[in-house]
Amino acid sequence: MQGNFITTRLNAMLGWGRKYSLFHYPYVTACCGMEYMSAACAHFDIDRFGAGWTRFSPRQSDLLLVVGTISQKQAPVLRTVYDQMTEPKWVIAFGACAVSGGIYDNYAVVQGVDQVIPVDIFIPGCPPRPEMVLDGLIKLQDKIQKTKQDWRWKKQRS
Amino acid sequence: MSSRIQSQARPDSLLINMGPSHPAMHGAVRIMLELDGERILNSEIEVGYLHRGFEKTCENRTYFNLLIYTDRLNYVSPLINNVGYVMTVEKLLGLDVPERAQYIRVLMSELSRISDHLTCLAAMAMECGAFTVFLYKMKAREFLWDVIEATTGARMTTSYIRIGGVRADLHADYEAAVQKGLAETRKVLKDVHGLLDKNKIFLNRTRDIGVMTPENAVNYGWTGPALRSTGIAYDVRKAHPYLTYDQLDFEIPTGERGDNFDRYMVRMREMDQSLRIVEQCLARLAKAKTGLMADGMEPAEAIRAARTQKPDRPVKLSPNLEGSEKAVTKDILAGDRRFTIPPKEETYTSIEGLISHFKYFMKGHGIRPPKGEAYLSVEGGNGELGYYIVSDGTDRPYRLHLRAPCLPLLAALDELIKGRYVADIIPTFGSMNIILGELDR
Amino acid sequence: MEETAILEALKRRFPQGVVDASAPLGDATIVIRKDALLEIIPFLKEKPYDFAMLLDLTCVDHPERTERFEMVYHLFSLAANRRLRIKLSVPENAAVVDSLAGFWKNADWLEREVFDMFGVRFAGHPNLRRLFMNDDFEGHPLRKDYPLRKRQPMIPLRK
Repeated sequence: MQGNFITTRLNAMLGWGRKYSLFHYPYVTACCGMEYMSAACAHFDIDRFGAGWTRFSPRQSDLLLVVGTISQKQAPVLRTVYDQMTEPKWVIAFGACAVSGGIYDNYAVVQGVDQVIPVDIFIPGCPPRPEMVLDGLIKLQDKIQKTKQDWRWKKQRS
Repeated sequence: MSSRIQSQARPDSLLINMGPSHPAMHGAVRIMLELDGERILNSEIEVGYLHRGFEKTCENRTYFNLLIYTDRLNYVSPLINNVGYVMTVEKLLGLDVPERAQYIRVLMSELSRISDHLTCLAAMAMECGAFTVFLYKMKAREFLWDVIEATTGARMTTSYIRIGGVRADLHADYEAAVQKGLAETRKVLKDVHGLLDKNKIFLNRTRDIGVMTPENAVNYGWTGPALRSTGIAYDVRKAHPYLTYDQLDFEIPTGERGDNFDRYMVRMREMDQSLRIVEQCLARLAKAKTGLMADGMEPAEAIRAARTQKPDRPVKLSPNLEGSEKAVTKDILAGDRRFTIPPKEETYTSIEGLISHFKYFMKGHGIRPPKGEAYLSVEGGNGELGYYIVSDGTDRPYRLHLRAPCLPLLAALDELIKGRYVADIIPTFGSMNIILGELDR
Repeated sequence: MEETAILEALKRRFPQGVVDASAPLGDATIVIRKDALLEIIPFLKEKPYDFAMLLDLTCVDHPERTERFEMVYHLFSLAANRRLRIKLSVPENAAVVDSLAGFWKNADWLEREVFDMFGVRFAGHPNLRRLFMNDDFEGHPLRKDYPLRKRQPMIPLRK
């Protein structure tokens, strides 16, 4: 009983720390990048939620924001970038094209980024309003808080 | 690493990839560099990482449906792409657009152009380290996008310009909103001039770097601010005036040396000219009619009443249709019912309106330009944005091709950076405003 | 009118090369034979025509015709503020056109795009490789017989 109380409290504290200090890597390809820029700048500040600092390197970030359309040529690159990230890591699919291929159902576009990497939060919209991005980020923060943290450095994700 | 640059590389040089996932919001371009220390000996550019099959998709969509795809081409100035496409179809159809709609198109195009230049220079300055400039310009862009959103319903990818006119009239208090946007933009531009124009660091990074001569630029097919920075004053708005640009008073700023700094200055000056154009449009546009849906019948009730006789009260439309009521339709949309939809009041209450509406959207009917082809270009944020449409008489284009203004710009990049440092790629690439949505299509 | 003057002059100068000259919807257009391209282009680049800029270079696929691929060039003269469209057709079994990469530098990438999307080869091109699709892609997407949704993923997809 004692052990469980301590581990749940430790879990909660680690979750609290991780959710309010997300370093994101904006993998920006297309139009949603403009709304990402709006969400990150002064009007709809993403910094208020602790996720302000953009780490332009997969090795230094723990949130991969896939922003925009992923074409078939881009898919191996995305997979490599995702594999380069260290645990724990989360992925947000930002925009209709990342969620499901969007309006492009043709030979050149991957129909949803979850065909390449596992995704935690899907934010639909073409492009999504910055408020939706912030809502998605808050949902991710809830998810991080509630998930069992892999604090024993055991690999738990695919 | 492509075999070409590998086979041509010297044995003691370093081959490095500036990969498709840039540490910047510039898009997905892959630059392969052959370096000797920091100096670039050779480079090769690979594109296609945002190829979304736009041209093939458009062969399978009706002329009306593919409007949404044109928004996403040059996504920083979506309304200009809309205007280009719609005007090419109108050229094929031989359709005339009412004057108010033309002024509204010019107003929206110029607001889009200002957002385009703001975004380009903000990204370029941020890459050189001036993060404040980025935040200031994004703030100004928000005010402009508020104006666009209140009228069109969307901040960015609006699909507002329609074949025959525009979708809806400007919203009720657009004048105040536009004035506020202009004031904020002017304040921001003044601040940015103060921050960057005489800034030693910015000058060191952009002066005499990425220099292009006018003859070489023309040979490459450069257009737009990049060509104007070399000294050649070619602007589609002055050379082949479209919409009402021939009645508006504005100048074409040019540079002298064709380097990065000149491209920056040309864009800043163009924003001033666009602000002038917006003010002139505001002065010429009569006040938008408001309060047209004050009292009226609900649509279901009106449809029922119209079965026996034409209802005496107007139909109360949903707030989403504000701006497209019958009283304003004749100002904003061409009257030719083969190519434009009737106002909703007529659709609900008369059989002719219903049939015209139905035939517009029915597969195989609707907009069917005669057989032929047309090329029309407008001045996009990066240069001459041209659409080439081949029509075979059906409701889908046989071939739709976009003349992308950034393709010649990027094709010239490897010549501009040869012999320079790696750090020089960043302002050069940034000053060209490469938008992958339009380059890769 | 200006456009008809050029069209007449070209028809007179190249009676075999220029098959047709017209101005549909105000766009001056000439249809030429494939082997006349390398004669006509230097003539157009010189004064008084001075078509210094190649705006665009593209291709249209007409599978029902014997000459399947129709190349379309748009030239622009800055000095005279004039545009000209040049069209020529090639059959599928001999889809080779002379390259304009020696005249205009942006023809390099534009021809690579046409090769990628349609499969038309260009004789004399310095580096004829695919531009948009990956090098292992099979087929040419913008041809009418390539299905719209036929995907060729580069890595195995998860679902």
